[in-house]
Amino acid sequence: MDNEEIKKFILDHVAEADCVEGTQFLQVTIPSEKILPLAAELKSNETTSFDFLFCLTAVDWPDHMEVVYHLKSTTHNHQLVLKAKISTRENPEIETVCHIWRTAELHEREAYDLFGIKFLNHPDLRRLLLTDDWEGWPMRKDYDDPINMIAY
Amino acid sequence: MEEIIHDQELESKEYFINMGPQHPSTHGVLRLVLSLDGEIIRKVEPHLGYIHRSIEKMCEHDSYQQIVHLTDRMDYLSCHINNEAVCLAVEQALEVEVPDRVKVIRTIIDELTRLSSHQLWWGVMGMDLGAITSFLYGFRDREMITDIFEETCGARLTMNYNIPGGLFFDIHPNFQKRTKDFITYFKKKLPEYDALLSDNVIFKQRMNGIGKLSKEDAISYGVTGPTGRASGFSCDVRKHHSYMAYDRVEFKEILDTEGDCFARYKCRIAEMWESMHIIEQLIDNIPEGDYKVPTKAVIKLPKGEWYQKVETARGEFGVYIISEGQRSPYRLKFRSPGFSNLSALDHMARGCKIADLVAIMSTLDLVIPDIDR
Repeated sequence: MDNEEIKKFILDHVAEADCVEGTQFLQVTIPSEKILPLAAELKSNETTSFDFLFCLTAVDWPDHMEVVYHLKSTTHNHQLVLKAKISTRENPEIETVCHIWRTAELHEREAYDLFGIKFLNHPDLRRLLLTDDWEGWPMRKDYDDPINMIAY
Repeated sequence: MEEIIHDQELESKEYFINMGPQHPSTHGVLRLVLSLDGEIIRKVEPHLGYIHRSIEKMCEHDSYQQIVHLTDRMDYLSCHINNEAVCLAVEQALEVEVPDRVKVIRTIIDELTRLSSHQLWWGVMGMDLGAITSFLYGFRDREMITDIFEETCGARLTMNYNIPGGLFFDIHPNFQKRTKDFITYFKKKLPEYDALLSDNVIFKQRMNGIGKLSKEDAISYGVTGPTGRASGFSCDVRKHHSYMAYDRVEFKEILDTEGDCFARYKCRIAEMWESMHIIEQLIDNIPEGDYKVPTKAVIKLPKGEWYQKVETARGEFGVYIISEGQRSPYRLKFRSPGFSNLSALDHMARGCKIADLVAIMSTLDLVIPDIDR
């Protein structure tokens, strides 16, 4: 499938998807509520079969949060960047995709640990890199820690 | 008396032990909490973060030249390749085309890095399974590459040779000769590695059929590198998304179907042969020219996002840069191969014995700073 076909495929499933042709990948932004059905469809449909989630991360924008999924199909060799926009920065929540791509389990725990994004229905959502009693979400732009702050 | 003994049921329940964070076979400070039923592993739970340095957060305050130097503190055995990933991402964003000379030198350095990493892996893996000789062999041969690197860039660990736009310095006048000497030497030594471990009966019994990972699971867990390829997952970035001079050299992607510890072992040994084959094709054909293109002292990337993946000794290493046009990235994510490979450990180790877990860990070839970042 080329980018045009993937775009059409996604628009058929999520009408409000915002598709941007990046320098490398097709970048698709969807509302976070739509992630689960679309992700399952992208993985299971034979024409897309995005079976390899090679990167999952989060981005803290001034007015919203974003979870970014880098996907690749090992059979068709096409790639896609899927961005789920969470409209709020206060208590951001999104459905987990870790039963679709198993690698998401640790990646989502890391995103929870550093950004405070709550992945609903995640089997084991705990802090991963930081200690259990850590306060705050360090990768957020407004995180303030006067003792350990990076000064330059 | 007899009655009393018969009345008592023997209590049987799962119990937990900590493996690490200071266990020699975890190769760093990785703590695994094992749920055990007797000696059978029911669950492995990795506890990370003992050497988390928040490199991604530091990157948000650093210039792109500085970020390059942070990446070799992650996977210190693939430092040149990690450096290169950031450089490639920046060059891609600036739309800078590096000279041919840089491409070829970077490729040779990459393959030398891969060789030295695999040598170390082979050495410590033997030691994990109780063979001290392999450790001495591996480190003896690795020393030659470390010497070449020392002459090239001045360091023996956490080396920096790549910068955005090219290389720090040109290659040392001895570089080609010493590299060729090393290849000649190591071609004689690699069969010795086989003779020592690969054909050893005890070694094979510890490896064959242990820690199986199917192709579907490898893809689902995002397991890349030799670990993924041993399960039949064709994931070599050098083949699929070629960069630098990999498109002009001939080499095979090593694939296996077994997916057990021995398959992973064989994959890495075969990769060493391929690496030497790549270096041989390039070492006499380094084109003349500049070793860098001039870049600005303060690099500002345009607004946008870039993802660059490279093949390190452990698998696919990715750099994801989001730039808002400033001197530092707005967000930078390192997709480290060790992190994803570790996520499959629980799946692979269930039902195995503790001694098997050590073999599985060894063949995963984990580098903990790469996981914790």
